[in-house]
Amino acid sequence: MLQINPGLILWTIITFVIVLMILRWTAWKPLLGALTAREEKIRASIEQAEQARQQAQALLEEHRRQMAAAEDQVQRILSEGRALADRHRAEIAEKAENSARHIIAQAKEEIQREKDAALVQLRSEVADLAIGAAGKILDKNLDTPAQRSLADAAIREITGG
Amino acid sequence: MYVPVTATTEAAADTLHHAEHGGGNLFASLLHHVQDAHEWETPFGTIELPHLPSFTVAGITFDMSITKHVVFLWIAAVVLCLIAISIARRNTRRDVPRGFGNMLEAMILFVRDEIVIPNMGKNGLKYLPYLLTTFFFILVMNLFGLIPYGASATGNVNVTAGLAIIAFVMIQASSIRAQGLGHYLAHLTGGVHWALWPIMIPIEILGLFTKPFALCIRLFANMTGGHIVLVSLIGLIFIFKSYIIAAAPVGFVVAINFLELFVAVLQAYIFTMLTSLFMGLGMPVEAHAAEGHGH
Repeated sequence: MLQINPGLILWTIITFVIVLMILRWTAWKPLLGALTAREEKIRASIEQAEQARQQAQALLEEHRRQMAAAEDQVQRILSEGRALADRHRAEIAEKAENSARHIIAQAKEEIQREKDAALVQLRSEVADLAIGAAGKILDKNLDTPAQRSLADAAIREITGG
Repeated sequence: MYVPVTATTEAAADTLHHAEHGGGNLFASLLHHVQDAHEWETPFGTIELPHLPSFTVAGITFDMSITKHVVFLWIAAVVLCLIAISIARRNTRRDVPRGFGNMLEAMILFVRDEIVIPNMGKNGLKYLPYLLTTFFFILVMNLFGLIPYGASATGNVNVTAGLAIIAFVMIQASSIRAQGLGHYLAHLTGGVHWALWPIMIPIEILGLFTKPFALCIRLFANMTGGHIVLVSLIGLIFIFKSYIIAAAPVGFVVAINFLELFVAVLQAYIFTMLTSLFMGLGMPVEAHAAEGHGH
């Protein structure tokens, strides 16, 4: 079993060297090449993914910041608008009140004027009526200034004016 | 060598015949089945293998006859080349290898990342084709011993000696290449005082040869041992001549076959691993280079 057979040793060496030469170029080189290429590709992919993740993170941060800024701006615009509206409302209300007060005052004035005119007219009517009636009663023309002032006094007493 | 049941029946019947009428040496007869031969048993009959002329160089006679183990050496070589080349074609065509290609690639990765780089560093990658060939060639030869009618060429000490001689050459070549011849020779002094050189140099030179010698014997003994266990277990059936007792050896044989499958891979790994380790010892790694020659 332990016989030395130099021929077999030589055959082994020859076979091995031939197998090594064949496989070196036809199998190991392409296989190892494909392996390292794939490893490179995977490493590159991982790096790219990491970069993409960081970019996305940065974009997200940026977006969040913008959102926060926009939110602030909206709040400011809203509060400004509200203040402006309040001011306008107050102004309008004040103006309306003023103009209402004005109209009322005018109306009162008008009424007073009309009332005064009506009273004057009434008085002269009444005086004429009283003179007429007295003239009829006295059958005498009382249309003199002295008599008239007398009558006026009498009417004033009657009407309490 | 796994002997299939039909062949074993006849062979063991022969064996039994020898055991009863011959010298009674069952073991010696069984050994015949793990030895080299000039004929090749196939399912289609026995083929006589050609005797080729031998030649003598420096007093050593090389008998170049094609024996059974030469045939299995070549079968393993052809099968390995066909598988590796077709897988290489397939794997380079697609981005992600599948199935068998994936398995082969995992094994290549294992040799590269677990054997070569830890032992030899990045510099060792140029020896990767040699170590890959060693690993897969030994693996395929080992596995052929588990196939019916197959034989392990690695179960022959001459084949493992051939592999060990190649390993020896690679170990010396890689260390000379890595350190230069001067440093390589300086290493043979072991870094001790010159007065001790007459002791140290023979020891170091002996050390160069014991490593590949151990590789040779380890692989041969492991492969042969497993086969002898298998044949012996089957031989038990014919010693006891009982179907009932036959169940036990058959069960054992199945179990040992699984063990052999493991050993086939393990021994291919160990041979490659140790070759890589020995090559790495002679290749100064960055940190080691400054230390000088003593180790």
